[in-house]
Amino acid sequence: MEFFKRTPNIDFIGKRHYTYIATAILLIASIVLVAVRGLNLGIDFTGGVVVEVSYPGVANLDQARGALEAAGFSDAQVQSFGSSRDLMVRVMTPEGEDVNKVGARIADALRAAEPQVVVRRTEVVGPQVGRDLTEQGGLALLFTFIGILIYVAFRFEKKMATGTVLAAVHDPILILGFFAATQMTFDLSVLAAILAVIGYSINDSVVIFDRVREVLLGTRKNISTKDMLNLAVNQTLSRTVMTSFSTLFVVVALYLFGGETLKGFSAAIIVGVIVGTYSSIFIAAALAYDFKLKPQDLLVVKKSDPELDALP
Amino acid sequence: MYQIPAWRYWLVGIVLAVGLLFALPNIFGEEPAIQVSRQDRGSMDAGGEERILGLLEASEIHHTASYIEADRLVVRFASVDEQIRARDAIQDAAPGEYIVALTSDSRSPGWVRWLGLKPMALGLDLRGGVHFMYEVDMPAAIEQTLQRLAQDIRNQLRRERVQYQSVNVRGETVEVLLRPGASVDVARKLIKGDDPGITLTESQVDGATQLVASLTPDRIKQRQDLAIEQNVTTLRNRINELGVSEPIVARQGLDRIVVQLPGVQDPNQAIRVLGATATVEFRLVDEVNNPYEAVQSKRVPIGSKLYMTREGQPVLLKREIIASGDQLTDATSGFSEGRPAVHVTLDSRAGQAMLKATTENLGRRMAVVYTETKRIEEGDRCQGTRSGNQCTQEEVISVATIQGVFSNRFQITGLMAAEANELALLLRAGSLATPIFLVEQRTVGPTLGQDNIRAGMIALVIGAVLTFAFLAVYYRGFGLVANLVLICNVILLAAVMSLLQASLTLPGIAGIVLTIGMASDANILIYERIREELRAGNSPHAAIQAGFEKAFSAIADANITTLIAGIALFAFGTGPIKGFAVTLVLGIFTSLFTAIVCSRVFIDAIWGRRRQLKTLPV
Repeated sequence: MEFFKRTPNIDFIGKRHYTYIATAILLIASIVLVAVRGLNLGIDFTGGVVVEVSYPGVANLDQARGALEAAGFSDAQVQSFGSSRDLMVRVMTPEGEDVNKVGARIADALRAAEPQVVVRRTEVVGPQVGRDLTEQGGLALLFTFIGILIYVAFRFEKKMATGTVLAAVHDPILILGFFAATQMTFDLSVLAAILAVIGYSINDSVVIFDRVREVLLGTRKNISTKDMLNLAVNQTLSRTVMTSFSTLFVVVALYLFGGETLKGFSAAIIVGVIVGTYSSIFIAAALAYDFKLKPQDLLVVKKSDPELDALP
Repeated sequence: MYQIPAWRYWLVGIVLAVGLLFALPNIFGEEPAIQVSRQDRGSMDAGGEERILGLLEASEIHHTASYIEADRLVVRFASVDEQIRARDAIQDAAPGEYIVALTSDSRSPGWVRWLGLKPMALGLDLRGGVHFMYEVDMPAAIEQTLQRLAQDIRNQLRRERVQYQSVNVRGETVEVLLRPGASVDVARKLIKGDDPGITLTESQVDGATQLVASLTPDRIKQRQDLAIEQNVTTLRNRINELGVSEPIVARQGLDRIVVQLPGVQDPNQAIRVLGATATVEFRLVDEVNNPYEAVQSKRVPIGSKLYMTREGQPVLLKREIIASGDQLTDATSGFSEGRPAVHVTLDSRAGQAMLKATTENLGRRMAVVYTETKRIEEGDRCQGTRSGNQCTQEEVISVATIQGVFSNRFQITGLMAAEANELALLLRAGSLATPIFLVEQRTVGPTLGQDNIRAGMIALVIGAVLTFAFLAVYYRGFGLVANLVLICNVILLAAVMSLLQASLTLPGIAGIVLTIGMASDANILIYERIREELRAGNSPHAAIQAGFEKAFSAIADANITTLIAGIALFAFGTGPIKGFAVTLVLGIFTSLFTAIVCSRVFIDAIWGRRRQLKTLPV
């Protein structure tokens, strides 16, 4: 079976203005969503208390809310978690008491209403830890971008590196937009997913640029930049789509069967794989073109380490 | 026609065989077990094993296996019920002799254990247990050091008769204001000594000389490291008292300590034992002044301090501390004349101080002050003394008349039985020199851990089956090879994880699932290349050769970018996220090896040796 019987010949570079507009709309929508609705940040970042409990039968949300209100947790968020029997209670930075005792007090309050409640998970994150985790997450993002920028600039060329990284910056913004729109909890695992997506998306762009260099070295004729980039995107299109499919299969399985804890993580990767594939095909090469990438830029760059290439 | 060298076959064969061996322990699963270690921390021997097994037999509890591992006896059971009964039976039959920890252990047969092979270590989110993160109060550690330095300076100046107006700790320095005419040179020498950790500056204040001593950055760093190490050691001791199997106590970053207690279900008991920075001080009661008067006039006599007893009565205590918690060498709870008591043993220095104090004050009263330090947030109420975001609650837990002269052995009474137990536990494990605060706490119940494993495995199997089917349909014969390659990849990944004993977390399982998807990428790159070469009219053998060669640089580049993200995650991530980074990074290496080396060997073995090869099933 083959999706593309022969190498397709789609003029990605020529049609780039349409995709630019579409991208701009998506980006602006995401930024507006994040600015207006905001992210539903998990306690990893805000600090607070989360208690996950399991009921013997169907959990009664109103009863649970009532019990918590009676115990003084009027701002507690109560939602079902995974199944109708499981509940998640979230309390933001409680005031006037030892944060470490709140988990036990929530459990006691719920037990008072329904004695058979089983506590499955308690998480208490102090505000200072929340700030630190946010800071470390930001550092990890920054480190990833800088590391990849340096690597791509070193292996390829500055204009390609910029195109690649801009295409990869685009992906997390859209994922953030998605989380702002759906108000799914944004926690540490989602941040980890975003980092994995950045690696993944850049991976796609890198394969395309790798092909650009090969096209140039292989044809050795006076090919125009536009044709060179188009050819590379088209020649790798089959692979790009295939890899996205195989990755999507596993993350969809993860989303559907991996349990409630991994829902946000897998949702972020699903969105990331889709937008990452899109940005690699439609944006990375087009940006390099608009940065006035010339075949000569690439010819000056030394060919890759001969030792590395001789290995297989 | 091109054939790959024979050593490649050997390499792949050996790596896969070793990989299979290391991955093997994971297929046996786990069952409930107890870990028995001796209370006196001696090692378990065959005699001990016989005794325990005898105890179990006497209670008609059947075990499935027993063996000694790292000084501890492990006994496995078929059910949790038997496990719990076994623990109770041992504790009832031989109280105080053994520490019994509930755990679960691999069902792997004896020869696998004999080879030292272990299954993957499960993270807390899969095993169930509690995770705590403590912050060490570094400013307090420095403050303590400065206070001690100030006291030293006062003593030295007094001894050498250098007159001074004041010696005070201010900020991160000690300010020494000399009287006019006092010898500055002598003072300098006394304060600085040959200590390279102190720097001195001199200035004039109203005609008098002021010397300011501050600690060098090296000395501060040294003090901070000490504070962490002291606390780590103390926490370890306290955890031993709790009887937890395979606890983790580790420093994290500059001022944090992570504690993981697998299997512990009640975080509050653990918090009470681990977290409270409780210490006791022994002080004499001020018998001269009236405490009620001091309460009314709000004036506390010089040299005394006002305290409240548990019953709410005021009591005036002398400021001098006879002995404090860090001078305790042992404390056990028990009974004294039918009442709960803590039997205390002090070190020799404190013993001498106690001897002197009791000799001079026979018939007078001595009090035990219990000090508990905890962290509070802004806006929280503090029932004791507040300093920044820390709240110190001091309470007089016993006031007793000194009945006789004693030195380093005595009893504290006036406690409830449970309190005596807890206080003794805290005292015995040693007092925390620098206060620590609990800043993060995560508890995962055992059923949730099991559910997480099941969900992760289901997702893994379904994801893998989908990918396998897709690759087989799309690339036919080569797709089947890719599937074989992906299976090898998972086996190798499991082998490396088992070998390194890196904890597998739920995001870690997600990382393995993701690795399957992403590892297909390398295969896809190669197969797409082979198809292209075939389309360009190359012979099948040449197409395979060229496919692998030309795809290599793309595969390498693509994996290095993911590797960079993985390393960032590993460096900045914590807990379960680190588990994700570990599987992601290890998965990159195993998938590179399997996709490039293994798959080449498989393809060569199937198609590379056929002389008349017209087409390839790709």
